[in-house]
Amino acid sequence: MKEKHSNTPAKRYGMIIDLDKCTGCGACMVGCYAENNIPFKPDETNKLDSINWIRVFKLTNHKPYPETEICYLPMPCMQCDGVGKHGHSPCVSVCPAVATDYNYDTGIISQIYTRCFGCRYCMAACPYHARKFNWWDPVWPADMEKYLSPNVSPRMRGVVEKCSFCFHRYQLAREKAYMEKRTDLAEGEYQTACADACPTKAITFGDLNNKDHAVYKLKNSPNAFRLLERLETNPKVYYLTTKKWVRKAGDNYLAHEEPETLKTRIKEHH
Amino acid sequence: MKINRRNFLSYGTALVLGGAAGSMLTPAPWKLMDDLAIWTQNWPWTPVPEDGPVSYKPSVCTLCPGGCGINVRLTGGRPVKIEGLRDYPVNNGSLCPMGFAGLQYLYNPARVISPLKREGKRGEGKWTPVSWDEAIAAVTQKLADLRAAGRPESVACITGSDHGAMDAFVSRFMTAYGSPNYIRSATAMDAMEQAIDLTQGQQGTPVFDIENADFILSFGAGLLEGWGSAGRMLNLFGNQKSAKKLIQIEPRLSDTAARATQWIAIHPGAEGALALGLAHVIIKESLYNKYFVDNFAFGFSDWVDETGRAREGFATWVKAYGPEKVSGLTGITPEKIMSLARDFAHAGKPIAISGRGNDDLPGSMDETLAIHFLNALVGNINKTGGVSALPETDYAKWPEINIDETASKGLQQARIDGAGGDEFPNTRFLINRLPGILLAAGESPIQALLVTDANPLYALADAENTKKAFDRIPFIVSFASFMDETAAFADYILPNHTHLERLQVVPATAGVARQIIGLAKPVVKPVYDTRHIGDTFINMAGALGGFVAQAFPWKNYEAFLTESMGNQWEELNQKGRIEIDHSLPDPMAFAFNTTSAKFEFYPTARSTKRQAGDSALPTFTPVPIEGDPNRFKLTLIPYDAMRLAGGDIANVPFLTKILDDTVLKKQTGFVEINPATAKKLGFKEGDSAKLATPKGEAMVRVHLFEGIMPDVIAMPRGLGHTAYSDYLSGKGTNVNALMGSVEDPTSGLDMAWGIRASLTRA
Repeated sequence: MKEKHSNTPAKRYGMIIDLDKCTGCGACMVGCYAENNIPFKPDETNKLDSINWIRVFKLTNHKPYPETEICYLPMPCMQCDGVGKHGHSPCVSVCPAVATDYNYDTGIISQIYTRCFGCRYCMAACPYHARKFNWWDPVWPADMEKYLSPNVSPRMRGVVEKCSFCFHRYQLAREKAYMEKRTDLAEGEYQTACADACPTKAITFGDLNNKDHAVYKLKNSPNAFRLLERLETNPKVYYLTTKKWVRKAGDNYLAHEEPETLKTRIKEHH
Repeated sequence: MKINRRNFLSYGTALVLGGAAGSMLTPAPWKLMDDLAIWTQNWPWTPVPEDGPVSYKPSVCTLCPGGCGINVRLTGGRPVKIEGLRDYPVNNGSLCPMGFAGLQYLYNPARVISPLKREGKRGEGKWTPVSWDEAIAAVTQKLADLRAAGRPESVACITGSDHGAMDAFVSRFMTAYGSPNYIRSATAMDAMEQAIDLTQGQQGTPVFDIENADFILSFGAGLLEGWGSAGRMLNLFGNQKSAKKLIQIEPRLSDTAARATQWIAIHPGAEGALALGLAHVIIKESLYNKYFVDNFAFGFSDWVDETGRAREGFATWVKAYGPEKVSGLTGITPEKIMSLARDFAHAGKPIAISGRGNDDLPGSMDETLAIHFLNALVGNINKTGGVSALPETDYAKWPEINIDETASKGLQQARIDGAGGDEFPNTRFLINRLPGILLAAGESPIQALLVTDANPLYALADAENTKKAFDRIPFIVSFASFMDETAAFADYILPNHTHLERLQVVPATAGVARQIIGLAKPVVKPVYDTRHIGDTFINMAGALGGFVAQAFPWKNYEAFLTESMGNQWEELNQKGRIEIDHSLPDPMAFAFNTTSAKFEFYPTARSTKRQAGDSALPTFTPVPIEGDPNRFKLTLIPYDAMRLAGGDIANVPFLTKILDDTVLKKQTGFVEINPATAKKLGFKEGDSAKLATPKGEAMVRVHLFEGIMPDVIAMPRGLGHTAYSDYLSGKGTNVNALMGSVEDPTSGLDMAWGIRASLTRA
């Protein structure tokens, strides 16, 4: 469904994560949990049923001691633009209930819990495992319900959820701008909870279409790459690294393949 | 009408068709279907959070001593989210995951929600809720009895920190009551504090001015894993404008090592040898700061003492630590040692930092001194970008304290832990010695124990032994907010408010180069029947009467704060903080308060009674790590992780949720093992194993990690709790419980960095 009803130029919100700055502390995850009313269970060690909108993975170069290096890689929803950047992200393309959709004003992929009936096609389609299924109803013990935020509805058993780039924060910022009779948002006005939480400022968030935003320049850095680029899902989450082995871990490269040379073959559609 | 076949069919058909048409026309089925759809999406058990106007309340996080500024978002007066406070001078908006998870400390299934009295056996978990009056009466009765019996010194108090207003408040209570046994939990700063005291004659909180340093040589300090103030360190790391060189020296590729400019792998426990080796190169190649050493240092060159005996200076002393020898001890090549020494000496503002992990374990005095001497060699003492001591600022004005005869007698008694006594004159607190002392004595020298902000039954080494020792104390009172291991073992729990419910004045923690006094304001009314610990102590003092009551003349803790802060209160209350610039002692000539009035490479004040030989100069003697190397072929080292609260405070569900499944799987914790060692022992990734040390055994799984030295295994601190709630209890292994404590001969502090261990097939 193509909707165009905005009088400001369309935005493409995106994120640049500097892996050289990430210390793996996990503040982005906890900041996200607190912002988005993410549930938890007594046992969260089965990562297949543990609900995370952003998860920090630990990568190793597997070289023997002491040549070993590690790198942390935070993974939110990649907010794919899809092939040709037409909004046909893998998940949107398969959802039979229009429970997940591409917003042409922001480039953000929505997830509408009350439409979702839990078929999990989207989870199968997502190459990044960004989507999580609610196998159980959430339980907040010991009055913890009292800290829930009204900005994000708590989910229920049987629906899929995922990172929304804190869309409610976008809505709140838009409302504020509207009240102040502004048509556009400043760069800092709308930030995701993880970008806000990152204590080393490894996460930069903004409009990829806006030349004045930091992300615009960073995405064109020679150190920038995206995960599984060759699938042409066109993620709006970019990573920065100076380490070649990390860059190589970003896709299923063969031993002789060099990410740098392959990258030029992937056409960027502007 | 007669019903025949024809009628039946025609009327029947009409009825069916009419019925079908009728039901198509009536809204009932559509309505029912719609209702059904709505009903399937009607989840009355899913909470609908109440909306309301949004407001922010700035405060200071007091979950750890870090003292980071937080901004609490409230919806309709309800706190819903904690964020970093942007312009706060300690952390400038950066916060650790524990700070973000703060609301799960406010609401937590492990919270003690009213005063409790123990029923049944110790640690059995049977409690009777009692009223505050009853609880305070019972505790003060016990304290009054001990005073009446003339034994006020048999009351001890264990606290988590000793430099906030609240800590001074508790210490004042102990003084008025008449006991010298105010004991603070151990930190790595203990050894550093003592090193600064011995060499510079300055008492105070160690300052590492990392903000202004440009070359950081860290001997295993977990700078990005919770060291000092986590928010401050992460903020510094993220600040590109102040890019620094960080050299991390440790046997494990920690998160700090991974983010360092260079990681130097070293044999565990050999850090002191490396420091002496670096000093050797710096002196031999004449790279040291001659101006500082010639003018402001004592004991660098050979000297003659007052008895006329010729003494070796540090420069001669370190000749024994040539690169070849040190290379053998540390596993670092001589070339690397030499280049590291040169890089350090040539840097603009180099700083050397001692202490492993996130500063919970003090470590060896020799090692700490040797590392501190590197700072002295480059002359980076009492300078911007260097090491100095921040004197305890007397921001609070206390009324004169009068004590009675009983208290005066009690205060003259030697401390139970031996700190400041004959054997360990330079040390202030020695909590690590308590279990041994308690077990050795006929009657427990501690008759009543008060515990605040500390969890010794979890944090002290050798848990089983510690528990046995503490069981000899007849009366234990905990002021914990959560049912931790020590609270679970107590006789009475007088629960404190959590960090978001209580008013506190918070000085910035060790390391920060400025005196920043923050105000932690309650952001929410107390959720349960808990009481501010300051009020509890005022209540207890009041009930004890006499001089003790006189020492606490305030109505409540808030009255004390406003009164004692005097005219600073207004500023503190309005701005949420007071900043006092740290004035470095100047000129340098008057900076040192030692016998020689100089920086002492030969620390004359250092007790050498139990030191082999009688030199006070730091040597490298490997710490005797417990265990028979033939039986226990591996070495176990604990490590600190940002995602695990390892000290006096424990993980909440959000923190445990972010643990990797190579750290915890179901209820079992992992040990990190090098793939080569694992192969030798026949382990594959995720295999179950039995971990044994001389102190105990545990079931674990193995995680293969190339970043850990072969034959060394590592385990994180912070798991293996037996108390708290289902969200933490029984998960993983408490590595402290498997460790032993090794007393430093001159300071008495725990200097163990590991223990021998074995891994066998389960």
